Amino acid sequence: MADVAAPPYRTIPIIPALKPGSMEGVKSFVANNKINEALGFPGQLVDDWHDKAIAKMGELLTKYRSLKVYMDACVHCGACSDKCHYFIGTQDPKNMPVARQDLMRSVYRRYFTLPGKLLPKLVGARDLTRDVLDEWYTYFHQCSECRRCSVFCPYGIDTAEVTMAAREILDSVGYGQKYANEIIGKVHRIGNNLGLPGPALNDTLEGLEEDVKDATGIDVRFPIDVKGAEVLLITPSADFFAEPHIDSLIGYAKVFHATGTSWTLSSMASEAGNFGMFIGNYDQLRKIALRIREAALELGVKRIVVGECGHAWRVAYSFWNTLTGVGDGADETDRFAQMLQKQLDHRYKQPMHICEFTWDMIGRGALSFNKEANDKHIITFHDSCNVARGSRMGDFAGGQFEIPRNIIKAVANNFVEMSLETTREQTFCCGGGGGLLTDDLMDLRVKGALPRMEVLQQVVDEHGVNFMATICAICKAQFTKVMPIYGFDRRMVGGVHQLVSNAIILGDK
Amino acid sequence: MDMASILIAILFYFATLIFVVGLFYRINTYARTPAPLKIPTTPAPTTQTGVVLRMAREVVFFESLFKANLWTWAAGWLFHASLLLVLMRHLRYFTDPVWGWVELIQPFGMYAGITMLLGLCGLWARRLFVERIRYISTPSDHLMLLLLIGIAASGLVMKFLAHTDVIAVKNFFLGWMQLSVMPLPADFILYFHLLSVVALLAIFPISKLLHAPGVFFSPSRNQADNPREKRHIAPWATKLEK
Repeated sequence: MADVAAPPYRTIPIIPALKPGSMEGVKSFVANNKINEALGFPGQLVDDWHDKAIAKMGELLTKYRSLKVYMDACVHCGACSDKCHYFIGTQDPKNMPVARQDLMRSVYRRYFTLPGKLLPKLVGARDLTRDVLDEWYTYFHQCSECRRCSVFCPYGIDTAEVTMAAREILDSVGYGQKYANEIIGKVHRIGNNLGLPGPALNDTLEGLEEDVKDATGIDVRFPIDVKGAEVLLITPSADFFAEPHIDSLIGYAKVFHATGTSWTLSSMASEAGNFGMFIGNYDQLRKIALRIREAALELGVKRIVVGECGHAWRVAYSFWNTLTGVGDGADETDRFAQMLQKQLDHRYKQPMHICEFTWDMIGRGALSFNKEANDKHIITFHDSCNVARGSRMGDFAGGQFEIPRNIIKAVANNFVEMSLETTREQTFCCGGGGGLLTDDLMDLRVKGALPRMEVLQQVVDEHGVNFMATICAICKAQFTKVMPIYGFDRRMVGGVHQLVSNAIILGDK
Repeated sequence: MDMASILIAILFYFATLIFVVGLFYRINTYARTPAPLKIPTTPAPTTQTGVVLRMAREVVFFESLFKANLWTWAAGWLFHASLLLVLMRHLRYFTDPVWGWVELIQPFGMYAGITMLLGLCGLWARRLFVERIRYISTPSDHLMLLLLIGIAASGLVMKFLAHTDVIAVKNFFLGWMQLSVMPLPADFILYFHLLSVVALLAIFPISKLLHAPGVFFSPSRNQADNPREKRHIAPWATKLEK
């Protein structure tokens, strides 16, 4: 792992030639019995995995319209074939979105369609053999569920949905991935992905209060488990101690302080991340999300705000209302959702992204900044995939692109865009999303970062960019690890609220 | 009555039955399968009207494909738009008197046959010569294009080179619609043309041609982006809350 080398930049970003099999040996670690069983999955590959897997697939086809339609609708037009960062970086044809989907579609055709049953060769149908199952494991753990392919598909086929279904099937036969399943176990056991227990969390927050006091002379509080607070902040646990994440957490606290907002963290829900989405398991997704509902009810908060985390914001924005009732517009008869929705203050969006919160406060004139404090930075913005293509901010489509940029421009003087084909809805994944942010996939992560690194290099060369802001804990962790391999300084990456923190004027408001 | 006419008439009844029942069954399955989570590919319209417009742009202009690849878009759009014109023009064989607007598009419909063939050849060339597309192509992908090319080419031959007795063909189909078999001209190219259409109708509901109804049911395209404003939940998921 240590000697992973970065692939060379493409001099002209042409579509790469195929290198079949180039990534077939890169296989994420498999979960052991203990990890799987803690989530209620079989400990290891069950004897009747074949029948169980086909049965599970049949079940999913009746529960998810996305999977059913996506299995049927693909015409192999190839629109998606050059759009995946993992394909661009690895050149393995099975990392083309359509080929990745076909790993499952070929099995679907064999067992669930007439032509596949009668003439498998003709329509590219295959039996589910052990080799095919292993291939699923390998290549469905080389997809970060970033949805870039779905932007370009004429039918909107989203490979993320197929990957999620495949991982769900693999888990159901005892063939789960160590990284994701271990983390989900930690959320249930300890409360967050990093396994940071309550007392350690309290210590960290006290330490932060001292640090900020030392740096600014002002008592900025980091409250936890405060009943009756107005805002409950749900943030990725990396924000509590990882670099550069923690600088954004300080930024949120300063915004709350400067606007006089009463807020609290929760030790029960000390994690915004929800890896239940990555493994495509509705029960896990729901169970993890329910912690936020419980914390909100227990603390009696009026608003729920989410910190800088890409997939967490997708889950919060798109799924929380469905899973937990955090949102608005539940039926009068929907007692489960109404119980919480009656408590929340619907003058504000529920849930709200921290960027929406800060931008709203800037709009009200409640914050002031010393923009020169960020003059050492020439800043660009990396759109995180789940925010860009799986969620929204503000009142209009595309607010998720404008609001973070508006904040940066409000707190700093030097802002530069990267190439338009690689930002906004067409942004490239950092290369570490979707449950792949693990050292056993370092080779994949480095190669998957290639398209982003290429365009970053462009703005570095042309504009002297020295800071890439992003609003995702996984992007931050992935880039700090991978960028040095491409010859960049790891401190080039940071959060939007890190920039807010640098420039915000405290004390006089 | 000759056997060929009877056989083709019967095959057309069967193929139409498979097409209609099969398609109805598929659409019904798509409609009944729940979409438990909000997954529009964002930025997405926030209202239902917006969704209708997005879908219209997708179906009429192939908006996403346009963003993806200009060559595939050009060939694909040319083929589909031409096919639509050709199908509309063919209504003249099923209506008496011919509707006014069908008369009006007659000249365009004729040349659409040529552009349809061009589009198909473009798509097939991509499949044959672009490494990535060749890699993902199954035999059926090639055969389906060949089938469509065969239909277009045989139609063009009858229109421009070896004319068939279109009056007789029209009588055949007017009769067919009244469940009576009229004689077809004994013309090999016509047989080929009609039998290929029979094959196309029959494989439609069991093949990738389902992309046509499928696109309307694709959650990443047909959902409004309003999850915070309105609670969306599938019946099977509601049970988890009891």
